[in-house]
Amino acid sequence: MIQIEKVNFFYGIQKALNNINLSVPQHSVMAFIGPSGCGKSTLLRLINRMNDLIDGTKMEGLITVDGMNIYDKKIDIETLRKNVGMVFQKPNPFPKTIFENVAYGLRVSGMSNATELKDRVENALIQAALWKEVEPVLHKNATNLSGGQQQRLCIARCLAVNPKIILMDEPASALDPISTSKIEELILELKLNHTIVIVTHNMQQALRVSDYTSFFYLGELIECNTTSEIFNNPKQDKTRNYVTGKFG
Amino acid sequence: MKKLFTRFQEIVLLVSGWFTSIMVLLIVFFLFKEGIKIFGKKPVEEGFVMAVHPNNLVNSISPGMCKDIFDGKIENWERLGGRSYPIELATLEDIGSLYTEEEIGSEMEHLDSCFNDYINKHEGALISLPKSAVSSSFKGKIISVKKISLNSFIRGIEWFPTSKPVAQFGILPLITGTLLVSLGAILFALPLGLACAIYMAEITNKRTRSFMKPIVELLAGIPSVVYGFFGLVVIVPLIQKVFHLDVGETALSGSIILGIMALPTIITISEDALRNVPVSMREASIALGATKWQTISKVLIPYSLNGITTAIALGIGRAIGETMAVLMVTGNAGNLTLSYLKPIRTIPATIAAELGEAPAGGMHYQALFTLGCVLFVFTLAINIYINFVTKRRRM
Repeated sequence: MIQIEKVNFFYGIQKALNNINLSVPQHSVMAFIGPSGCGKSTLLRLINRMNDLIDGTKMEGLITVDGMNIYDKKIDIETLRKNVGMVFQKPNPFPKTIFENVAYGLRVSGMSNATELKDRVENALIQAALWKEVEPVLHKNATNLSGGQQQRLCIARCLAVNPKIILMDEPASALDPISTSKIEELILELKLNHTIVIVTHNMQQALRVSDYTSFFYLGELIECNTTSEIFNNPKQDKTRNYVTGKFG
Repeated sequence: MKKLFTRFQEIVLLVSGWFTSIMVLLIVFFLFKEGIKIFGKKPVEEGFVMAVHPNNLVNSISPGMCKDIFDGKIENWERLGGRSYPIELATLEDIGSLYTEEEIGSEMEHLDSCFNDYINKHEGALISLPKSAVSSSFKGKIISVKKISLNSFIRGIEWFPTSKPVAQFGILPLITGTLLVSLGAILFALPLGLACAIYMAEITNKRTRSFMKPIVELLAGIPSVVYGFFGLVVIVPLIQKVFHLDVGETALSGSIILGIMALPTIITISEDALRNVPVSMREASIALGATKWQTISKVLIPYSLNGITTAIALGIGRAIGETMAVLMVTGNAGNLTLSYLKPIRTIPATIAAELGEAPAGGMHYQALFTLGCVLFVFTLAINIYINFVTKRRRM
């Protein structure tokens, strides 16, 4: 599904990723773990080309999604980003109504039929397990929701455009434990139809939600394996030290 | 000791705060104190009255009619509700030339009898005479000139503050002129300024921006006479040529110059507002597959609408209050018009141009203060409105 081959990445002259090779199978959850500044978020943002927004960055190597080179010049970036959705660390709903938030991705891709929009918005909110809570306040401002609800709204917003892949950049790190567990349940459900890559600082979370785990350290991929192998039987000392909490 | 010093600092800050507030209120107070004096006065020359033949049916006359009579536009008493007599005008000067010096007297002591004589002979007479010439033996009927009211002041369409014997204080053309120029300035400056702000905040790279921003800010530092001069040499001839006009000094020229003057304010404030939109908003939109332009129009502009409204408010404020540049390029003719291709006259330009000539304490002088009050009310209303709109948006 996602293939990453020999990827190097630079912020200016500073090398942030060094020769990363990785693949994520379809309908699985891949967790990126590692200490701060290890490059896991950078790699995640390469998969939907969010790093294009940052001036002075350079990418080398090959990243393919469904066999298609996403750094090809001919590729339509907007279509790519609709296929590869993203949920950010801090909930970032637009200061619009809940409905308009979810409809945003559909509207920018040209959907204007009111009934179709309504169906898609409702579906997305149901998938994100938010429909029951927000149905009565659908046309109220989204910023009135709690942090956990806002994050699920952001997930719904991302789901509305039917992405195949969802990238999550520490989606629960700003949330309380109850909201976190709701998000985690959601990830397990979404896995049935989506491929998910999640960056997390919380190793328990990686253990709970992911099928595969990659451990990064200082811009290098140290080890990538099934989650149970990484946590129970790591091949590398660095990985063992990190997952057992000896450093990090 | 330390405590005392802190106390001292607090007092200084307190005094500064109150001083500024009271200062503003004082300015407004004196403006209005001087400005309301005009109302209830008769716009005739001081010390003069108007009189007609005793058989004349007309008892009072409005300033506008009086001017029309003296301009020769009204020639018969019938138009004013009297009997059909041609109107015969006579002022002090006319009497002086009609009667000999002996008849009037060396000290003008027989002036009253001359007026009496004139009135007796002319049934259609309308005379303007000094109060001193009205004695108990005066046979003419003194007619009253209508007082200046808020209504006649605001709705009057003629501004001839020095016209004699009856001055005209109608500021409607000045109001429309001011509004016309300000509206034009905003219509010109807002799209341009917003586009420039978007370009600087979103499209261009750091280097171009670091080069453009100081230039735009420099624009704010240019004195307004220089703008006026630029308008006079560049914009005015250009407009004259493009629209084949007799004069290029029009409301349009004023709008363009004022628009250029308002640009730095609009650009700087809207650019700040756009750049203050959190990166997360931009990323959220882009990650949903929105193009750069969709992100700008659907997320960034709505998000920074408060800042942009402030920019508009300050821009309008600048346009409405600007004096020198408009004075130089709008032609200063008190036309009541809604056309951008005619000369107009604005309130601030009127005050600036006429205050030097108006005798202090006179009616003209007071009328200019009243104009200042009107201007103040305008800007206040705009500020309140904008405040109201932005507050409602925030909720």
